Amino acid sequence: MTRVAVIGAGIAGLACALELAERGAAVEIFERASQLGEGACSWVAGGMLAPWCERENSEPLIAQLGLESIPWWRERFPRTVVNGTLVVAHARDTAELVQFAGRTRNFASIDAAAIAALEPDLAGRFGRALYFEGEGHLDPRAALAALAGRLAELSVPIHFCAAVSRAQLTWARAVVDCTGLAAAKSLPGLRGVKGEMVLLRLRDFTLRRPVRVLHPRLPVYVVPRGEGLFMVGATLLESDDGERISARSMLELLSAAYALHPAFGEAHILEIGTGVRAAFADNLPRLTVRGDTVYVNGLYRHGFLIAPAMARRAARAVLEGSHFPEVMDEDTRQQRLA
Amino acid sequence: MLELYQTSLRSRLLLGSARYSSPAVLGAAVRAAETQIVTVSLRREGAGERSGQGFWSLVRELGVRVLPNTAGCHSVKEAVTTAHMAREVFGTPWIKLEVIGEDDTLQPDVFALVEAAGILSTEGFEVFPYTTEDLVVAERLLSAGCRVLMPWGSPIGSGRGLNNLFGLRALRAHFPEVPLIIDAGIGVPSHAALALEQGFDAVLINTAVAQARDPVLMAQAFRQAVDAGRAAYMAGPIEARDVAQPSTPVIGTAFRG
Repeated sequence: MTRVAVIGAGIAGLACALELAERGAAVEIFERASQLGEGACSWVAGGMLAPWCERENSEPLIAQLGLESIPWWRERFPRTVVNGTLVVAHARDTAELVQFAGRTRNFASIDAAAIAALEPDLAGRFGRALYFEGEGHLDPRAALAALAGRLAELSVPIHFCAAVSRAQLTWARAVVDCTGLAAAKSLPGLRGVKGEMVLLRLRDFTLRRPVRVLHPRLPVYVVPRGEGLFMVGATLLESDDGERISARSMLELLSAAYALHPAFGEAHILEIGTGVRAAFADNLPRLTVRGDTVYVNGLYRHGFLIAPAMARRAARAVLEGSHFPEVMDEDTRQQRLA
Repeated sequence: MLELYQTSLRSRLLLGSARYSSPAVLGAAVRAAETQIVTVSLRREGAGERSGQGFWSLVRELGVRVLPNTAGCHSVKEAVTTAHMAREVFGTPWIKLEVIGEDDTLQPDVFALVEAAGILSTEGFEVFPYTTEDLVVAERLLSAGCRVLMPWGSPIGSGRGLNNLFGLRALRAHFPEVPLIIDAGIGVPSHAALALEQGFDAVLINTAVAQARDPVLMAQAFRQAVDAGRAAYMAGPIEARDVAQPSTPVIGTAFRG
């Protein structure tokens, strides 16, 4: 059996380890933190599986990788919900809705009655919306735990408090580095993009699917987590300082939730989260092969959406020496911007 | 050539750096626009201090002049502090001064703007104030030390073009020697061409390029529009008339029955 070490137990690391183990490799995971999710931006992710909505502000590659990943999630994490995304804008921002519709696909333009049928608690709030029926969402923390559970079934250990380097892993035939921004020294051009979120609890209010509220400056989404929990996110700030949320960001997130529905004014703030996503200059993911190390990095704000598709490629690169130009070749990537 | 604070520039198209899908797309748009000045918002992009280095170094690598702005500032003090931070981060005395007075329209607070411009000019900054088309405010900004003015076309991001053409023309006529850059509100290349035809020295575009379906192609379209508008201004347009004036003399043409 091929022995492979995976460094990093965020969504990229767990997905890579699972793909490798399912293909018969003997895998061990090394994570510098003391428990699952600690310090990982995966822990504060939105968990939206929204390949078409993301097309609004990203390259077609993201949609392609995302479409591959939805079935992967449904097979491995049964609590993955695929019941669509609702995109709304307040009356004064309807130009944003038109703009969004012009840049995306696979949605239905729906009226107030259809909005009320999909989301009864939003009845009367919006006259028009875009409904992306084929999109999904999941609870990132439950998903990470489920992947860790499957890895345990496949006898893949996760070593916590284990900050390791390649030199210490002499036994491994290959190393898959999924350490995000911590790999910046090895991957020039990698930068941090800060994201901030709040977790709210609101009783007697239900959303069945993620709702994106468009706004010219502060687009925000609200993702239902079940049992009255709602995640409101997320900011995009060109910053690698993930320590604290700013008052401004907090105001923006809460204002957007309140504007979606005034009921959010009564919500309890359970948690404030920040994370720093690793991104390359084109905000597209990369597999970088250096000797017997494969770096899986630059997943930006698309971790849960594209990690499975990236993991599949990484596993095949490690075990079969396969080549994937769309995520490996600089030439292919640059052509898209030519 | 365009002269801004003793700096000669070939390009009359300035680009803002916000709202692109990635820094790489921003870079491609800058190249397609052949722009020489890119504005950067410290407040939004960096959230302060030096944490935005990753993005800022990408902007520096574009090989263009960086014009840091004070976007999102609502008071004199905030704007001055942000300008200081910008000078430290980018090593330039240039500052695009924005003091927002009204959150809905992002209309400048011209009173605070004049005050902040005075403070920063005294401190050696070269100030590019984002202002309205108001003549009196323009006078005050020049007295405060500004040598360039950036009047709005219409509210930021609105894409409505030159909302008050009469007022803007009056401003142009009143300050023939001051570089005037139309900032904000340009939606399509024809708006930019109109601004240059009217004798404005340059335009600054952000949303119209960044949020276009194909930002790189739109950047190229704006470059062509700006070139065309400038050439038309230099060439001296004809005056509009109320009646037709045949371009071919009628006398002597063949009889048509």
